[in-house]
Amino acid sequence: MDIDRKLLEHVAEVARLKLTEEEIKKFLPQLKEALEFFSQLMEVNTENVKPSFQPVELKNVMREDVEKKCLSRDDALSLTEHKKDGYFKGPRAV
Amino acid sequence: MKIKDFIEKVKNSEIDIAEHTEKVIEECKKINKEYNYFNTISEELALKQANNIKKLIKNKDNSIKNKKLLGVAISVKDSICVKGVESTAGSRILKGYMPLFNATVIEKVIEEGGIIIGKTSQDEFGFGSFSVNVGIGYKIPKNPIDKERSCGGSSGGAAGIAKKAEFPHIALGESTGGSIAAPASFCDAFGLCPTYGRNSRYGLMDFGNSLDKIGPIGKTCYETALLQEVISGYDENDSTSLNVKNENYEDYLKKPIKNMKIGVIKEAFGKGNDKSVEKHVYNGIKILENEGVKADEISLELPIKYGIATYYMIATSEASTNLAKYCGMRYGSAEKLEGSFNEYFTKVRSNNFGDEAKRRIILGTFARMAGFRDAYYIKAMKTRTLMINEYKKAFKKFDALVSPTVPILPPKFSEIEKLTPLQNYMTDVMLVSPNVAGLPHLSIPVGNENGLPVGMLLTGDHLQEGKLLQLANVFEEK
Repeated sequence: MDIDRKLLEHVAEVARLKLTEEEIKKFLPQLKEALEFFSQLMEVNTENVKPSFQPVELKNVMREDVEKKCLSRDDALSLTEHKKDGYFKGPRAV
Repeated sequence: MKIKDFIEKVKNSEIDIAEHTEKVIEECKKINKEYNYFNTISEELALKQANNIKKLIKNKDNSIKNKKLLGVAISVKDSICVKGVESTAGSRILKGYMPLFNATVIEKVIEEGGIIIGKTSQDEFGFGSFSVNVGIGYKIPKNPIDKERSCGGSSGGAAGIAKKAEFPHIALGESTGGSIAAPASFCDAFGLCPTYGRNSRYGLMDFGNSLDKIGPIGKTCYETALLQEVISGYDENDSTSLNVKNENYEDYLKKPIKNMKIGVIKEAFGKGNDKSVEKHVYNGIKILENEGVKADEISLELPIKYGIATYYMIATSEASTNLAKYCGMRYGSAEKLEGSFNEYFTKVRSNNFGDEAKRRIILGTFARMAGFRDAYYIKAMKTRTLMINEYKKAFKKFDALVSPTVPILPPKFSEIEKLTPLQNYMTDVMLVSPNVAGLPHLSIPVGNENGLPVGMLLTGDHLQEGKLLQLANVFEEK
């Protein structure tokens, strides 16, 4: 798969990054080189092989559905200046 | 002074731990001016802890009797949360973030009397092999043996201070694709990356959830084993933590190694390696053989040939999702609230992530996108299965596998500047595969070439950290 300027700008947008002209010029050949190399994975025969999403076998972990102590509202809000009436204040959504 | 003797002297008040810790902090400040090992020195916390310990000793409190790290300075990689101490994973996007809680490993260290001295410098979020990809506004740590050269990465500050500190100290590092072993190798230290899930990840800022491990870096094998023993164990706060029995790693250091079997990885030697690195690793193998260890060659073609591609596809995919949460709300760097949410998030992220973070977010987003997902992300996950199978087969025959930790000597910063990102990634060729397979691995200092350290890598089967320490202990005195 070859990555061109249009695709790079699209992927960056999906990832919520705005690249400067300088960054596009720098990143494009670097990403091309890396992706070309990563494409060697296509050579590996993985027919009937299951993907390993974890390196060791894991099971779902459940706990009793009982109340536990958690972060207080004041503490949770203490790390940002963007707050109002006990809530986080975010940017305009619509 | 040996850590064991130091702890005894603290217990019986031969050493005043408050005075000692003040000196340690001053020493850290001095070292930091020259070498940039700390993003933050936690002076207030360290002195508070030291004074508390002093009080307990004075009151002859019974609780101090069995504390395994009493008074020992512990440095913490910046990506591990320490309550009330700025923790940023070396990224400007987390500037000013003061965690409201301790990572589980920090709770365990404090419980055993370890004193938290600061947050060590690293590649931003762990994205690098040389600790040069630090976040915007952060300083690059310098090799303790030669300041023109790299500490290795991404736990560069951790390994640097592990070597440089003359006071009793052990470092907490973190590895996603080799970030404990590589800097340990470049800084002449022991670095143990445990089995995935062996140590709790609760409170570690995620890079790759299926890859991240916290582990110790120490000047000696004993110290490395000691800290690993303290921080390991099941944690209900980490759903990927392994519910297995705790081990006494110190005991392994006393066990004989005669007739243990090591497999020398064929593909890890030859083309692309610095010959002097190979010379010292072969010498390391000889040292083990002289102790009665049986060495034989083994071929591991798939992990060496496809490790880099597999690792980077998995790691960047996971990183790109993990870093989605950094958007200028709730904590970390923020900007003036204006524009739509997409405009705001984009502004915060574009202004505060460094180059390598941006590159990896883009690579990972690409690998997970509709149309490319099966070809890259899922393909890498399947290749991982084949790699694990190949390793498991090898561990039927061998107790540990051997290779150089890094195929080159610590490079100069001027040399690193000339590398493309892909050439940077290739440095991790020996290290990515054990990380992809979640296998414990340990870098041992086996010698030096004109003063520049060489590390030998031992890789073990899942949960066999003990065997690696057992073998590594031979090099303690050598």
